[in-house]
Amino acid sequence: MSVPRFWREIPYRYRLIGSYCENCKETFFPPREICPKCRRAGNIKNIKLEEEGEIFSYTVIRTAPPEFNTQTPYVVALIKLKNGPLILSQVTDCDVEDVEIGKKVRMVFRKISEDGEAGIINYGYKFVLAE
Amino acid sequence: MVGIIGYGAYIPKNRIKTSEIARVWGKDPVNVEKGLGVIEKSVPSIDEDTITISATAAKYALKRAGIEPEKIGAIYIGSESHPYVVKPSGSVVAAALGCEGELRCADYEFACKAGTAAIQNVMGLIEGGYIDYGIAIGADTSQGAPGDALEYSAAAGGAAFVLSKDNKENIVTIEETLSYTTDTPDFWRREHQHYPQHGGRFTGEPAYFKHVGTATEMMMKRAGITPEDVDYVVFHMPNAKFPMTMAKKLGFSKEQIAPSLVVKEIGNTYSGSSLLGLTAVLDIAKPGEKILMTSYGSGAGSDSFYMTVEDAIERKRDLCPKTWEMVHEKRYVDYATYTKYRKKILMR
Ligand SMILES: [Zn+2]
Repeated sequence: MSVPRFWREIPYRYRLIGSYCENCKETFFPPREICPKCRRAGNIKNIKLEEEGEIFSYTVIRTAPPEFNTQTPYVVALIKLKNGPLILSQVTDCDVEDVEIGKKVRMVFRKISEDGEAGIINYGYKFVLAE
Repeated sequence: MVGIIGYGAYIPKNRIKTSEIARVWGKDPVNVEKGLGVIEKSVPSIDEDTITISATAAKYALKRAGIEPEKIGAIYIGSESHPYVVKPSGSVVAAALGCEGELRCADYEFACKAGTAAIQNVMGLIEGGYIDYGIAIGADTSQGAPGDALEYSAAAGGAAFVLSKDNKENIVTIEETLSYTTDTPDFWRREHQHYPQHGGRFTGEPAYFKHVGTATEMMMKRAGITPEDVDYVVFHMPNAKFPMTMAKKLGFSKEQIAPSLVVKEIGNTYSGSSLLGLTAVLDIAKPGEKILMTSYGSGAGSDSFYMTVEDAIERKRDLCPKTWEMVHEKRYVDYATYTKYRKKILMR
């Protein structure tokens, strides 16, 4: 990922900042500038999402892109946040066999990827099993 | 007076046993374990570093402090394993916490005492009236060269503290702090070198014991106290033997030092070491009790702090995970996994 793009996305990657439309009361993540439902009638605000949720669905990655190949096998899950939307995230610090649909998870701040040995280190949210 | 209004600890979940490292290098595990008093050490996950450890500990500290991140006027992280040589760890941690606006920030280095140096500098800014609230952090993901004696103890972890002045939210009041520094070549790492070098047996008497002992004695004199006046004593923990020997030499009992000795089960967390000892004590200390803490950084120096525990501790300590709980929440990795996590394998 490019450095400028990552930099622009820091608030939502570091702190789970999403968007909330005051018109239709929907929450969006990643954040939106315009409500995809209400369009012009929408009124979008930034909102801090809950850091707890549960596993809605998941997959185990065993063949990964080069920058993640030291981490295999690892879990990527769709997580239903408390009072919030579904978000896609890696579930870290666990054995893959311990991951199950419906299990509670909480957000942690971790390294997401490194641009080689000399490049920028990208940080952001991941989730861990909370039970 | 300046005090701590919030504290937080973080220890990565992975552990490797001393006996597992000894097995790989053909050493007698019982000898190594006895020599160091360390049965296992913490290992950061592949996605953890000093920045993520600092951010997690600081998040807990802010929660216990009960203040908005925007109110933080300074953030200083002490570490010898900042992920970047150029680009501060503090700015990433500030963004992760949501600290915005007027913010002082720099990374500190002084081997294992950079975190306590950060506390002293935040204290100065608060006493000087420049800021109302500041965060000081000590964290490390330290490495010993494969097969080196340091490999058995070099571990990962950190602790963070939110400081403020004359605050009824104070968990502890810092009554006094002082430092003792000399030019001592006991341990070093040059730029572009992955692993540190050390002076072998030179690390004990003229380095650790001289500096921790002198700073602690200077502090007892300054504060007008004797070991009997103190409820808990906390020292830097390169292994379990050094702090226990130091305590005995200075006239402290096993009971005074035992609550802080997390080193036995997580190893030496460098800049996090004495500070994780302090967070372990804060988890159990009662209002009115006295804590004496002295850090040690190779190179060499010690920072000493004399503190009084305040009433707010009772309603704050249960808000976040406790230090010994984190020590005991663990999953074991073998040496092969450990080398992968710590990037000791040469990859294509
Ligand atoms: Zn809408």
